[in-house]
Amino acid sequence: MNEAFVLSILVITIRAGTSLLYATFGAILTERSGIQNLGVEGIMMVGAAASFAAAYHSNSAWLGLLTAVLVGVILGCIHAFLTITLRAEQVVCGLAMTIFGTGLASFMGQRLGPGNSTMVGLQGPAFERIGIPFLRDIPYVGEALFNQDILVYLLYLLIPVIWIFIYKTRQGLELRAVGENPQAIDALGMNVTKTRFTYTVLGAIFMAVAGAHLSLGYLQGWADNITGGRGWIAIALVIFSTWNPLRAVLGALLFGGINALQFRLQAAGTTLPSSFLNMLPYIVTILVLVLITWAERRARRLGTPTALGIPFVREEKK
Amino acid sequence: MNKSKTLAVQMRGITKHFPGILANDNIDLDVYSHEILALLGENGAGKTTLMNILAGLYKPDAGQIFLKGQEVEFHSPKDAITHGIGMVHQHFMLVESLSVTDNIILSLQSSGLNMHTSQVKKRIQELSKQYHLLVDPDAAIWQLSVGEQQRVEIMRLLYRGADILILDEPTAVLTPDEATDLSKILRKMTEEGKAVILITHKLNEVTAFSDRVTVLRAGHVVSNVLTKETTKKELARLMVGRDILFRLEKKKCKAGKAILEVEHIHAINDKGLPALVDVSLQICAGEILGVAGVAGNGQRELAEVITGLRSLTKGKVLVNGQNITNSTPFKVINAGISHVPGDRIGVGLASNLTVSDNLVMKAYRKPPIVQGQLIKKRSILQFVDNLIKVFQIKTPSSETPTRLLSGGNQQRLILAREITASQGMLIAVYPSRGLDVGATESVRSILLEQREHGAAILLISEDLEEITQLSDRIIVMYEGKIMGIVDPDTTNLETISLMMAGQALSTIEKHGEEKTIA
Ligand SMILES: Nc1ncnc2c1ncn2[C@@H]1O[C@H](COP(=O)(O)OP(=O)(O)O)[C@@H](O)[C@H]1O
Ligand SMILES: [Mg+2]
Repeated sequence: MNEAFVLSILVITIRAGTSLLYATFGAILTERSGIQNLGVEGIMMVGAAASFAAAYHSNSAWLGLLTAVLVGVILGCIHAFLTITLRAEQVVCGLAMTIFGTGLASFMGQRLGPGNSTMVGLQGPAFERIGIPFLRDIPYVGEALFNQDILVYLLYLLIPVIWIFIYKTRQGLELRAVGENPQAIDALGMNVTKTRFTYTVLGAIFMAVAGAHLSLGYLQGWADNITGGRGWIAIALVIFSTWNPLRAVLGALLFGGINALQFRLQAAGTTLPSSFLNMLPYIVTILVLVLITWAERRARRLGTPTALGIPFVREEKK
Repeated sequence: MNKSKTLAVQMRGITKHFPGILANDNIDLDVYSHEILALLGENGAGKTTLMNILAGLYKPDAGQIFLKGQEVEFHSPKDAITHGIGMVHQHFMLVESLSVTDNIILSLQSSGLNMHTSQVKKRIQELSKQYHLLVDPDAAIWQLSVGEQQRVEIMRLLYRGADILILDEPTAVLTPDEATDLSKILRKMTEEGKAVILITHKLNEVTAFSDRVTVLRAGHVVSNVLTKETTKKELARLMVGRDILFRLEKKKCKAGKAILEVEHIHAINDKGLPALVDVSLQICAGEILGVAGVAGNGQRELAEVITGLRSLTKGKVLVNGQNITNSTPFKVINAGISHVPGDRIGVGLASNLTVSDNLVMKAYRKPPIVQGQLIKKRSILQFVDNLIKVFQIKTPSSETPTRLLSGGNQQRLILAREITASQGMLIAVYPSRGLDVGATESVRSILLEQREHGAAILLISEDLEEITQLSDRIIVMYEGKIMGIVDPDTTNLETISLMMAGQALSTIEKHGEEKTIA
């Protein structure tokens, strides 16, 4: 294996890992507040389709990103309204969101191209890669880490920010507490509903932006089933990460890395069957997930928010 | 108390319905500053409901609340907190995965990103010293004993400086000494002009703590008197509606062969620290062995090790001569040990399941409940109806979810199940914790009755009165070690208290001898 090969793998690792990490962060924020959102895949899909369509017609990748944020707000509000206000079953709502989102995105893909035609194969504005002077010249990692698009750089900022927010700020403490014991938070005079609503919507914004990075940054275009199960991988990564954003970074890099490797191997013309290579990232994810969960359980450290998936009702006798 | 009392809270005509139950019926309540008011009543009398209304947690169906003469309306606990009302709930409102400091920070109504952790920690340590509330600010809540958790809750009120304090059955989890400390803290608070409302069903507590008593029965106020103008007997009658026996008949023990033998066991707790250090004991048929000690000194772990819920690192456990060291709970049950766990709701019951489901939980594997692989509904009904009758479990029906029963009835249900399944060995952990006098009396007499029938009973309790009343022998635990074994009839409470504080029996006796010599 030569240097260029390794480098190309590193580059793709970061690019493929980025949207995954956005989605995982979104799911971590949501689940920390005690709300389960299995609609990640659907929200990503709509985020990808809507942001690409908006960017294409306005000729501005930024407007595309803004559209993704809007998608997140709308879909997040729907999920929050159903699960928090109406206390609907969270798993079912999430699955419905994925089915709905996938369908809606596919419909948008067929209709939102020029003259109501398909968006498949269109070239639109995108977040181009911007090299950072000096940093990109660091041997080996410079090109991979510091010649990326703006959403990747934003993510670099978000990693410490989210970690500090969750573990070191008062709001983060409230977020953790509300997912553990909403009754206590309520009795202490804080607003459980508002907190959960906020983080469900914020989480959905992250998920939609994850989709936007696929269509505007990494893959730069629209294709049916563009997310390819990344939403589900993100949900797995949340458990893998034990709801800790730093460990989510590890997970995203791992998945992105395997993805990149199989990509490159296929391009290099290996004899391994391509369908096996396509499966590889998912198999590894499942294996790692099993191992980690097993180890964590043994150490009794699994960080599942205690109240995850349980609606909060004040006058309910437990 | 020379300072003038002023009316702090007036509740007028408070009414609250729950599905099928009128929990509060047109209740009037007055609370004064500089005063401790005891709110006395049996389990289910409506005390907690009334105070939850005052704390803004429940909305009353009817009625008004006045604070210092001004009418107020609470839409959420936040409104109550802003008006200086603080409540320590019976089921603590703590986030188990977080540290003590984090839990206190959560209760401070501040905004902004900064947690001011070090400042808060410093203040905790100050308050800790000032009120003798020993809490480790860095410990996670789940690692603390119930008694320690309560200290965190009280600390929270002190920290927040609330001036109307409600404590829901605070001494249920305290040792006598801790309870005395608590009463001192509460006194100090009232001297500072605060009003304290103490929910309780313990008569001792009313006389020891309070200035005034309001007695609730079945959602009504039945009496409102000054503590010094009433008697325990009178209060008991008001509260239960009948006369209560304060002394239980205990026949002399005729101990048989050893049923349970625990030999030099060691175990570690959830924090990975030693919880049991070289503990040995024996219980004979027809004997109650009481385990006294301050919460968190290894009692819980002892029960867990014997029942197979925690593994031991060294030593042996034998029941009826059969080695059950580090067996699974299933094997332990089959070996004949029954367990009335300290955590009634968390461990003892599946609280969303019905009374009948919970009652057959240990019997469903054996005929006549099961035939082949099928469960026979009719046998269950018979089995359950019989137990409900024999153990006097008050429930609307055998198909009611157990969470809707009062604490006393939940405990009778567990006792019914465990005693039926037991083959001579019963482990009872805090069996009357949180129960009112009537229910306590019935639970204790059930235990004594089992002893009569030849059961060996390990009784773990924080209630010294209960231990001395029921036990034939008492061991006292401190930091996982046994401080000594004493006979309740010939040992005074002071000796037991000293042992609970960590003095070995041998050193106390020596000390006593020296005194007599001098
Ligand atoms: N949230 C609730 N939902 C339904 N029933 C309740 C609820 N809270 C209390 N109850 C019922 O109201 C009655 C009074 O309960 P409570 O106020 O807890 O009594 P106490 O504190 O005096 O033991 C009981 O019968 C209890 O089962
Ligand atoms: Mg109560």
